[in-house]
Amino acid sequence: MNESTVKSSVTATTDSRRAIMDRLRGQVIDSNPIPPIDTSSLTQFDDPLAVFQQNLQAVGGESHLVDRPEQVAEILLGIDVFSSAEQICSLVPDAVNGNVDASAVDDPHEFAPLDWTIAQGQFAVAENGAIWIDGATLPHRVLIFIAQYLAIVVSRSQIVSNMHQAYQQIGNIESPFGVFVSGPSKTADIEQSLVLGAHGCRKLQVFLLP
Amino acid sequence: MTVALFVPCYIDQFFPQVAVATLELLESLGLDVVFPDGQTCCGQPMANTGCNSDTAPVARRFVELFTGYDAVICPSGSCTAMVRHHYAEYFADDDPAFTSVRDRTFELCEYIHDVHGGRIPDVCFPHRVSVHQSCHGLRELGLGSQSERMVQRPDKVAAVLNQVQGIELMPLTRVDECCGFGGTFAVNEADVSAAMGRDRIADHSGSGSEVIVSADMSCLMHLQGILRRQQNRLQVMHVSEVLVGRELETAPLAAAQRS
Amino acid sequence: MKLPIVDHPTAAKPFVTNEDRSHWHDDALWFVRVKRDRQASSVPEWEYLRERASAIKTHTIANLGDYLEQFERNATARGATVHWAADAEEHNAIVLKILRQHGTQRIVKSKSMLTEECGLNPYLENNGIEVVDTDLGERIVQLREETPSHIVLPAIHIKKEEVGQTFHTHLGTDAGASDPQYLTEAARNHLRNKFLAGEVGITGVNFGIAETGGFVVCTNEGNADLGVSLPKVHIACMGIEKMIPSLADLSVFTRLLARSATGQPVTTYTSHFHGPKDDNSELHIVLVDNGRTRLRGNDTFRPAMHCIRCGACMNTCPVYRRSGGHSYRATVPGPIGSVLSPSRDAKSYKSLPYACSLCGSCSDVCPVKIPLHHQLLAWRGELVGNGLLPLSKRVAMKTASFLFQRPGLYRTAGSMGRTALRVLPHFVTHNRFNTWTKARELPKPPRESFRQWYIANRGNPQRRDSVNGNATTHANTRSNGDAS
Repeated sequence: MNESTVKSSVTATTDSRRAIMDRLRGQVIDSNPIPPIDTSSLTQFDDPLAVFQQNLQAVGGESHLVDRPEQVAEILLGIDVFSSAEQICSLVPDAVNGNVDASAVDDPHEFAPLDWTIAQGQFAVAENGAIWIDGATLPHRVLIFIAQYLAIVVSRSQIVSNMHQAYQQIGNIESPFGVFVSGPSKTADIEQSLVLGAHGCRKLQVFLLP
Repeated sequence: MTVALFVPCYIDQFFPQVAVATLELLESLGLDVVFPDGQTCCGQPMANTGCNSDTAPVARRFVELFTGYDAVICPSGSCTAMVRHHYAEYFADDDPAFTSVRDRTFELCEYIHDVHGGRIPDVCFPHRVSVHQSCHGLRELGLGSQSERMVQRPDKVAAVLNQVQGIELMPLTRVDECCGFGGTFAVNEADVSAAMGRDRIADHSGSGSEVIVSADMSCLMHLQGILRRQQNRLQVMHVSEVLVGRELETAPLAAAQRS
Repeated sequence: MKLPIVDHPTAAKPFVTNEDRSHWHDDALWFVRVKRDRQASSVPEWEYLRERASAIKTHTIANLGDYLEQFERNATARGATVHWAADAEEHNAIVLKILRQHGTQRIVKSKSMLTEECGLNPYLENNGIEVVDTDLGERIVQLREETPSHIVLPAIHIKKEEVGQTFHTHLGTDAGASDPQYLTEAARNHLRNKFLAGEVGITGVNFGIAETGGFVVCTNEGNADLGVSLPKVHIACMGIEKMIPSLADLSVFTRLLARSATGQPVTTYTSHFHGPKDDNSELHIVLVDNGRTRLRGNDTFRPAMHCIRCGACMNTCPVYRRSGGHSYRATVPGPIGSVLSPSRDAKSYKSLPYACSLCGSCSDVCPVKIPLHHQLLAWRGELVGNGLLPLSKRVAMKTASFLFQRPGLYRTAGSMGRTALRVLPHFVTHNRFNTWTKARELPKPPRESFRQWYIANRGNPQRRDSVNGNATTHANTRSNGDAS
């Protein structure tokens, strides 16, 4: 392909927009509005914390109940791969003192050797062990994915039962990025054998503060 | 109650003993059973091949022939599903003959369970039995709970079989996987079909069953064909044969051949 | 004449007749299906969610023009650039143009069945761009110069020993190594370098949200996120059917997708992208039609647009599990692929709607309730209507219909057939020309049909005055009938 054909194809994008819209508008299909969700038919957990912990474990994560932020560091120091870590980026300074100042870094590639990221979760979801991380709390979104190990600190009073409540909790999305994290990175692409630590974090520690 | 017996074409031709057992069972329930003459086929082979213009006259003929009975009872879930769920395209929605036949056509176990109060006369069949749920009986007629859907339904075939004295229903690993018959699929995709059939047989054999029982003889025809090729002593019987107390055929093959 | 007509039985034969491999493949996928059942049964409102997902998709596809415009407006407001591609060629050209604008040499790409459908990889490679698939399964098939055989589990057809061989050749792993943990670690290290070198990240899209102008990408490996959060340019390729109206609707789909796909309660990463990373970055969204508006125009097959590409219909399909994904010769194999492929090219894919026993399991695992087996049956009707059924089958069905309309002839033919089976030697009835008997015996033909038995034991069957007679008279004729 030469430049001229590339150019002509792309000028066609406005024509294509019109053509696609014409085809969609040209075929009128009757439909009903989507009725509001019947919340009474959705499962609510009596003890969302217990369900969350159970599901987090099932997806390969580990949870720790802590009463004070300082306990996070104490527990982490008992984990070999943390105590021997060289580069730690903490976004939760009252829990862990990191040694990588993410906000001073321009190019996200510089995080390649990062051992740990300690991130702040906004809330958790009981039904699937997921934690919502708003991109606004991340100087670089790659921090969640590039570190060898990830720890997330979240309040255990902030656990919703299901994804319906989760999106209500999020409300209007303001940040360009947000992610539900449910357990460590994993793959089963080789003969359905589950392996933790595909491309992202090898392990996930979740600290549940009051 | 006057009910019409609908005998699918392959049962009429190849498995008359199944139709006889069905007739005797219905008579033993105190029903006035008639066998309308001139019946042939529900049209499913043509419909499943996509030959709708060849299906239409057969479907219309079926409805004409079976109009006016209190119920039409068929010893096949698949043929019943054809009438109930696939005839609509050959009739006007409000055609009273069609809707009446559609709503009154029942698979045998379904009729006993839903319409006739569920009870069968005393009978004994002291054997280990594994039930093959036909796909159309299960998923189209809803004769039992299916593994895919998260809703509980009564298992109508088992409910009837469980009344048989001495019977022991053996559990399968894959409770409702297709046997691979699928009508013309069995010849169009012969290799895949046979592989599916062999896998079903392995599951039934592994359960310790002596006989595969099903409400659909077409699945059993396919499985029996493979069993015989394998010289496997596992038998097949239609549910009606068990319910009227037919004896289990004793092993006709050398025991050493069992695979 | 060399038309690429797929004959599924022929294409499936090597796989299905390799019994060990076929069983191994079948077991692997059944394992996933069982995990799906466990997850689905853990959600009491499962069937309600399926209903709702279906209703949302039906509504959205009907009003797709409105929702696409809303999406474009909101996405643009958030700083994304929205492109429209009528077909695969235009999609590829748009992507290449963006890459050229940035002088890109190498890209990293997460799994996208749309880019597979469009043939983006070979197109970019032919234009001198290094393409690295970062999903482990996709990387395996890419290194082996194959295509994915499953839309969620691209390398499900490959044994770990074969992965070991491939990695030994390309990544320098130990010869003979086949431990998945070891091989995954090797891929992690190999792909880390590729991620760090990627100049543009390309992803697919699981859901586009009209109300917010954002979209969601779901992965377990984190490869999509790693791939797009290092470079400055993110290109998201999205089929127009991926649209949903709102975040409230997204909640339904995030509950269904991973549970249906792999039996997980949710994917490890459910990432929401709303505009570029920062002021120095770009986010491009390429909206692709490529036959979708045509499919939308068809009342029978329109629900196939509901597909969220979870792969559950493949995992449950007894034919797919035994014949392998490549036997479909299509980007999307299995039941949904057998519906979608003929809508692109009915002649080439005419055998796929018949690669199905009509067991119906696919329709009932489908989280968005696509009536897949009904659509496959409907396709057969279309193919016959378009004269695409082989003449021999067409004639066989015409003959059957003819006989079934004429009970006398049917009885004679049946009697002759049974006699023939009874008297002819086994080698005549069980030869290689008889497809039934390749793996099975024919039924032992009885001497008499049921009707003959009935006449001998119960008297003449009940006869109608006329088959075309008045239905209302039957109750009376019956009570005076001759059946006794």
